[in-house]
Amino acid sequence: MAITKNDVLHAADLARLALTAEETETYTIQLQRIIGHVEKLSSVDTAGIEPSWSDGSKNQSLRDDKATSSLSNETALKNAPQKEHGCFKVPQIIE
Amino acid sequence: MIFETIHGLSKKLAAKELSAFEATKAYLNRIETVDKKVRAFITVSHEDALKAAVEADKRLSDGDRVTPLTGVPVAVKDIFCTSGIRTTCASKILENFVPPFDATVVKRLKDAGAVILGKNNMDEFAMGSSTENSAFFPTSNPWSLDRVPGGSSGGSAAAVAAGECAASVGTDTGGSIRQPAGCCGVVGLKPTYGRVSRFGMIAFASSLDQAGPITRDVTDSAIILNAISGRDDLDSTSLKEDKPDFTAGLASGVRGLRIGIPKEYFIEGMDPEVEAAVRAAIDELKKQGAQIVDITLPHTEYAVSVYYLVATAEASSNLARFDGVKYGLRTESEGNLLDMYKRTRDAGFGPEVKRRIMLGTYSLSSGYYDAYYKKASQVRTLITNDFDAAFKSCDVIATPTAPTAAFKRGEKVKDPLTMYLSDIFTISCNLAGIPGLSIPCGLTKDGLPIGLQLLGRRLDEATLLKAAFAYEQATGWHKKRPQI
Repeated sequence: MAITKNDVLHAADLARLALTAEETETYTIQLQRIIGHVEKLSSVDTAGIEPSWSDGSKNQSLRDDKATSSLSNETALKNAPQKEHGCFKVPQIIE
Repeated sequence: MIFETIHGLSKKLAAKELSAFEATKAYLNRIETVDKKVRAFITVSHEDALKAAVEADKRLSDGDRVTPLTGVPVAVKDIFCTSGIRTTCASKILENFVPPFDATVVKRLKDAGAVILGKNNMDEFAMGSSTENSAFFPTSNPWSLDRVPGGSSGGSAAAVAAGECAASVGTDTGGSIRQPAGCCGVVGLKPTYGRVSRFGMIAFASSLDQAGPITRDVTDSAIILNAISGRDDLDSTSLKEDKPDFTAGLASGVRGLRIGIPKEYFIEGMDPEVEAAVRAAIDELKKQGAQIVDITLPHTEYAVSVYYLVATAEASSNLARFDGVKYGLRTESEGNLLDMYKRTRDAGFGPEVKRRIMLGTYSLSSGYYDAYYKKASQVRTLITNDFDAAFKSCDVIATPTAPTAAFKRGEKVKDPLTMYLSDIFTISCNLAGIPGLSIPCGLTKDGLPIGLQLLGRRLDEATLLKAAFAYEQATGWHKKRPQI
C-alpha cells in the first residue's frame, strides 16, 4: 500500500504534530519503506488466531476503589509551563 | 576498585576495608575523568550521592537493614523518575522535568541502601539501538570511542563497562538492555514481563517495556534483580507470583540442561566472528554436560515487522501525554490550544520519536487498523506459540545477541530500517514476554565484545542465570576491560 503525502499529513494531524514541509517529504519516503517491509505480514495465515494485546499472562489486576493520599496541588503544579489560581493554564479553547 | 563487582564491593564494605563514602567519591572521580570521552551520563547527582553514601555508612556501621547493595554506587537510565533529580528521557520535551516522586525501581534501590550516582544517557524515549538518538549527545563505546555503545540503554552499558558505576538499571522494549550489554561486554538481563514494576518508568510500549540490571557479572545481575523485582500495587501488570532468591541456585551447573539452538537465528549476513564465538560458547556449555537440541522458531522472520507495528502503536498513544500542559516543554503560539499542542510536540520530539509516533498513528488509523495493528497482534500470538512449542524440548535457548559487534557512529543513523534490523535477535523475547540475558562470549579481532543471548521460559530467570554463571566461571570474558 503506497503512502501518500496526504496520508502523512492526516497522521500528523491526528498525532498533533505540526510537521515542516521538509519533514513531511522525509517521513513520506521513510514510512513508505517501513510499511513496504512490514507488508510481508499479509502472507502469514492468521485465520482463527486470537490477537495478543499483551504478553498473554492474564495478570492484569484491579485495586480496591479506596481513596488514598496523592500529590498536593502545589507539587502537582510544580512542573507546569503555565499555572494560575492553582490550575494548569492553557491557551483559549472555545472561540 | 572501580571495576569491582557489587558482591566484591559489598564484601569490602562489610569488612570496613572501604566506606560507602570512599566508594562513591571514587566513582564520582572516575566519571569526572572518563565521562568527557564516554558521555554515559546526562545528569550526575554529586550531592545526593554523597548524602546517600553517608546514610549507607551509618546503616553499615549500625548493622541496620544491610543488604548486598548497601553502600554500592549505581546509576539508572534517565527513563526512571527520580524525586528531585531531573529526568529527561533524553528528550528536549522533558529537558527541565524534575519529578515529584521516585520510580518503584529507584525506590527499591534506595531502600536496599544503594547510592544513586546519576542518570544514564539513552536513545530519546528508548527509541533506538545506538544511543545516537539522544537529544543531547551520543554516548561512545568504551572499547572503541568512534563506535556506538548500542541502545537504547547505551549510557547504562557504557558506564558499567567504563567503570563509572558498579552497575546500572536499564529498560528493554525490543532488546534495549541486551543489545547494548552485548556491544559493551557486560551482562544485561531483561526479566519476564511483569517481574519488575513499571511505575515511574516513562512509558514507550507498555506491553513490552521491562526494566532490568546491567552488571559486570551474573551474580550482580541476580543481586539487582532480587532488589528491584516483586509485586507493586502501583503497576497493575506487575506479577503477583512470589519471587525466588535469584542468587541461590547460581552455582548448580548445567549438567542435563537442554539448550535449544534455533536455526532461524544463524542466518546469512551474520558476522562470521560473531557466529564462531557463539558456537564456541555453546560448545563450552556442552562440555559442561548440557545437552544441545536443534529447535525451530518458524515465525522469527516476522518479529521485526510485528514489533515495529505494535511498539509504535503503543508509543503513539503513550506519548500523547506530552502536550505542553502539565509538565515539560511548551512552545507558545498565537493560535489556540490545538496549535500549541502541535508546535510543542514538533519542537520537543526528535526525528526518530516523531517517525515512530507517525507510524503508530498511521497503523492505528481508520481503514488500516485490521491490516496492520490487528494483523501484527495475531502474528505476535504465533511467535509466542513458537516459544511455547520450543520449550517443550529445551530449557534454555542460545543465540547471538546481535548479528554484528558494535557498529561505527553515523553508520546506520540515516537509514531507520537498517537500524531496526540490528534488533532482529532480541525482539521476539519481548513480544512473547519471556526473560532474556546477554553475556560476554568473546572479542572480535578488532577487540570489540560479542554477546551470547540466552532466552528462558516465563518466570524462569533462575535457569538463565544458572547457565550464564556456569559459562562465565569457565571462561572469564566478563573480566576483560576496555583501555580508556
